[in-house]
Amino acid sequence: MADPMRIRASMQGDKVLVRVLMSHEMETGQRKDESGSVVPAHFIQSVSAVHNGKTVLSAEWGPAVSKNPFLQFQFAGGKLGDKIQIIWTDNKGDTRTDEATVS
Amino acid sequence: MFSRKSFLALAVLLAGCAAMSAGDYRDRAAQMMKGDFSERGQAGLGRLDQDETQALCSRRPADGALDRDAAARIEKLNLDGVRYPAAGRLLGDWREGEKIAQSGVGKQFSDNPKAPSGGNCYACHQLSPEELSFGTIGPSLRSFAKTRGGGEAMQRYVYAKIYNPEAFTACSSMPRFGRNGILTEDQIRHLTALLLDPQSPVNR
Amino acid sequence: MRKGLVAALVVLALGAGSGHARAQSDADTLKGIEKYREALADDNPADLWEARGAELWAARRGPKSSSLAQCDLGKGPGVVKGAYAELPRYFADADRVMDLETRLLHCMVALQGFSAAEATRRTFGNGGSRSDFEALSAFVAAQSKGAKMNVSLEHPKERAAYLLGEQMFFYRGGPHDFACATCHGESNKRIRLQDLPNLTDAKDAQRAYTAWPAYRVSQGELRTMQWRLNDCFRQQRFPQLKFASDTSIALTVFLAHNANGGVFSAPTVKR
Repeated sequence: MADPMRIRASMQGDKVLVRVLMSHEMETGQRKDESGSVVPAHFIQSVSAVHNGKTVLSAEWGPAVSKNPFLQFQFAGGKLGDKIQIIWTDNKGDTRTDEATVS
Repeated sequence: MFSRKSFLALAVLLAGCAAMSAGDYRDRAAQMMKGDFSERGQAGLGRLDQDETQALCSRRPADGALDRDAAARIEKLNLDGVRYPAAGRLLGDWREGEKIAQSGVGKQFSDNPKAPSGGNCYACHQLSPEELSFGTIGPSLRSFAKTRGGGEAMQRYVYAKIYNPEAFTACSSMPRFGRNGILTEDQIRHLTALLLDPQSPVNR
Repeated sequence: MRKGLVAALVVLALGAGSGHARAQSDADTLKGIEKYREALADDNPADLWEARGAELWAARRGPKSSSLAQCDLGKGPGVVKGAYAELPRYFADADRVMDLETRLLHCMVALQGFSAAEATRRTFGNGGSRSDFEALSAFVAAQSKGAKMNVSLEHPKERAAYLLGEQMFFYRGGPHDFACATCHGESNKRIRLQDLPNLTDAKDAQRAYTAWPAYRVSQGELRTMQWRLNDCFRQQRFPQLKFASDTSIALTVFLAHNANGGVFSAPTVKR
């Protein structure tokens, strides 16, 4: 089970500002180790953010995203106390879901 | 809060309070270091042994400036060891020189001991005006030959300076590339060309 | 006469122009680096290590199935707040000056029952292979954010460590004849485009020391002072510095005390 994300969600005017720090190797699959063998690709392929049952952000990532990615976005229609869920899935099928409250 | 002067004063105060002299601390520090490193890759423990030059040049601000006689002795000692190419030609290919100046590998415990070392000149010096990523630990070498010319005597000086900088400047921060076996004769010839060849970007 | 004057002015203008263009591109490069640093500062993956460190501090582990909660970092058993800003310091129970990582090792052995060999099997993390020391260092350091560096030299062993560290800082060796001072003994220098703090100058030392431990983007890891010293020596062409050795502690005392008065801000983000 991958490490938990650190999610902070706060009101910025009438929008919710969400900041997510994910723990992931984001291995591109293009690097070679000391012995010359390719280090297998292992990176987050999809990310989604869910608020009140509705997907407010959906992303498809590739190997260009760096290790321990930081994602920041805003959406409308949220208020204090609401819950935000962030879900990621990687190319090996691992997945992680974490939740935060808008404060 | 701490000026350079008060920093020196602190060192003197501490040394005074302590039971040992500065020389004792120096010996104890060297002894401690020898036990606190492990060999790894090509880096053996012998690298912690100092030669006469290194020992004389391990000076703290509190030790004061190197006196003129000691400096002259270090320079003579190092100049005596300079070896020029047997074939006599001191200028190589500046294009190879630029590659050697750009490369920073070699001699680290993480480096392949069989691969050639670089001079890592850009770490400390400006050279070609096209290279913006240059350091300032050493003086700029831009237009080196323009003000000095590239004649026989200058070639001998530049070759020797790269081979062993302390032949001319006691306790220089610059590595003794030839004497310490970092760069080969050919590599130093290429770097000499990088500095002195009129076609080199350094001089254009 | 007038033609000569015009020609001279043209030459001057061109000369000034090309000099200006060169200075401009130098300034542009440095501005670009500043913008990169600002972008990096947006968030800090060190938070992930800090969270893991907090868990490791509280978890019952080792043969004695004990947590580190009673570990004395110098301000009393279990007191983490402000502890890093006063390290390294003398510890009577070990009769030795210790930096944070040495003290953590001491507590892992004394409180949790690990052997030193077990505890130091992984000192510096690499991808999936993690170091408890890095996580714990991030956790402990974060609890000193905002505190002023205050390393004491009251105890004779602390004074001795400082003076030994100073000698080591100026010790030239290896095939490149490098000492720490070669790069860090003068002000306003840089290596390639990386500014070099003069660690013998109070202001530079404060700014540099209070930024470690740090998340190094190029490493993809949270790195500590023990790592920093080890990696400096690698680049100095020395062999490998032993983890939690007296040499590593003496050098840390020298650097930390020189930084006294500086406001601690670690863990930070670096390139």
